Amino acid sequence: MARKKSLLSALAITLILIIGLAACSRQSQQASSIQIKGSDTMVNLGQAWAEAFMQAHPKVSVAVTGGGSGTGIAALLSNTCDIAELSRELKPEEIVMAREKGFEPKQITVALDGLAVVVHPANPVSQLTLDQLAAIFSGAVTNWKEIGGADLPIVVLSREVNSGTHVYFKEHVLRRNQKESQVEFAANALMLSSSQAIADEVAQNSGAIGYFGMGYISAKEKALAIAKDAAAPFIQPTIDNVLSQAYPISRPLLMVSRGQPRDLVADFLNFVLSPEGQKIVIKIDFVPVKKI
Amino acid sequence: MTSNRLRKLKEWFIEKAILLSGVFSVVFVLLIFLFLLREGLSLFRGEGVGDFLFGKSWYPISDPPRFGILPLILGSLLVTLGAAAISVPIGIAAALYIAEIAPGRLKEGLKAGIELLAAIPSVVIGFIGMITLGPWIKSIFHIPTGLTALTGSITLAFMAMPTIVSIAEDAITAVPRQYREAAIAMGATKWQTTWRIVARAARPGMVAAVMLGIGRVIGETMAVMMVTGNAAMIPSSFLQPVRTLTATIAAEMGESVQGGAHYAALFAIGIVLFIITFLINGVADIFLHRSRR
Repeated sequence: MARKKSLLSALAITLILIIGLAACSRQSQQASSIQIKGSDTMVNLGQAWAEAFMQAHPKVSVAVTGGGSGTGIAALLSNTCDIAELSRELKPEEIVMAREKGFEPKQITVALDGLAVVVHPANPVSQLTLDQLAAIFSGAVTNWKEIGGADLPIVVLSREVNSGTHVYFKEHVLRRNQKESQVEFAANALMLSSSQAIADEVAQNSGAIGYFGMGYISAKEKALAIAKDAAAPFIQPTIDNVLSQAYPISRPLLMVSRGQPRDLVADFLNFVLSPEGQKIVIKIDFVPVKKI
Repeated sequence: MTSNRLRKLKEWFIEKAILLSGVFSVVFVLLIFLFLLREGLSLFRGEGVGDFLFGKSWYPISDPPRFGILPLILGSLLVTLGAAAISVPIGIAAALYIAEIAPGRLKEGLKAGIELLAAIPSVVIGFIGMITLGPWIKSIFHIPTGLTALTGSITLAFMAMPTIVSIAEDAITAVPRQYREAAIAMGATKWQTTWRIVARAARPGMVAAVMLGIGRVIGETMAVMMVTGNAAMIPSSFLQPVRTLTATIAAEMGESVQGGAHYAALFAIGIVLFIITFLINGVADIFLHRSRR
């Protein structure tokens, strides 16, 4: 009987301790942590900013997770993150839903990104026009020989539909910014769940073509030079070319906060836009908002 | 006297607690189904059931969106059939070997090994499928990409095998010893006894094992998403990429606007999956009951 009692009281004490600890940690978390969620393209960049920011502010913790732009905005709407990273602009219905939840989403351009179109290094094709890209990715052209390559079927790789990169590529390359256009990715396009998966597949498949943010380019893939139309020059995806807007497939990378940023979130965004923060952008192979 | 009453009271409590947990699991399944229905059925206010089930194109984020899940259903069925074709013969044969033929120590070793296979997380199996199996299939069949239905089938066969082997093995072990003794007394060889008597007596249990294995395959998400390429087209062979029902939900749920048509469509896919697995488990259950009798 006595043993039972002591067991019971031990249990009670542990329970109280756990509850107490949980309460404490929650309190401290609220005071000094930022949750950032969203675009896979921006995860590395966000992580680099977070690390630098935490070094300057040792008491603050900044957590960065990916999942896709849509995942980020969903988390912002359900109040499970403070900042959403987006590699596309907010959709009108997302703005409406934010207003229904009682806040005005504030979009801030924090960096620029060139979308690189990549092929296997052994592929003889090294430059394409936007029209040719649209034909390839929509399935109108299915063999490399039709555009001056080897007699090899084209394997089209795309990101999944939860990716801002997917949406951007469809609207700006496949549909050329025409709202009424009905062009879609080819039905046999492989939908891969991350930029790294596309990089891996392109590196080992001589017929593959894919796209991702230029930060992912490595020696195992070849980035194509892209021309706006047949008369325009072919431009390589480099930082200078994106900054001068010569490279035709580039986009803004955004951070979205719940309403006007306040307190820590405002501090963090100021840091991101500061010269120091923008230097990190270059280090991670993206393009700063302004020339520095 | 008091201690007797106390004991009875305790028994009553324990009995009711067990009853409650049993009822709870059924209630949970019902609630999940109701939730799926509530979220999913709103799709059919703007979309015909026929267009949804038999529509040939899946472009959920276009304007207007097209929610035809025929390619996804066929993708799931193709991968599942392939996985069954690989895992059922091997699984049943392995179960027969372990239960009937393998000597003591080998038997324990094999059983432990197969249980270990069940413990490998599905991402790990998917990863191996993507990195090693995919390129291998690509070079063997000279096809443009190794991310195909066949790759998915082989990967999933590994995941169905432990379920099939362990349940089938239980069914075989449960065949009464007298059957074997009677067969041998009649002059049957070991092979005749195993194949004609034991395997036949255990057949209902083996069917249940197969059905549960298939149930696992059709519901599997992560591994299949990594190795099948996820192209939403109607497949015409095993060497083409496919997109399954489960992978579609997993890949797109994060993006869908809550309460929107795309969100409802994903829940409607959930209903379809739920009905498919319900049917499979129902069939397995019927056979399991038959084997007990």
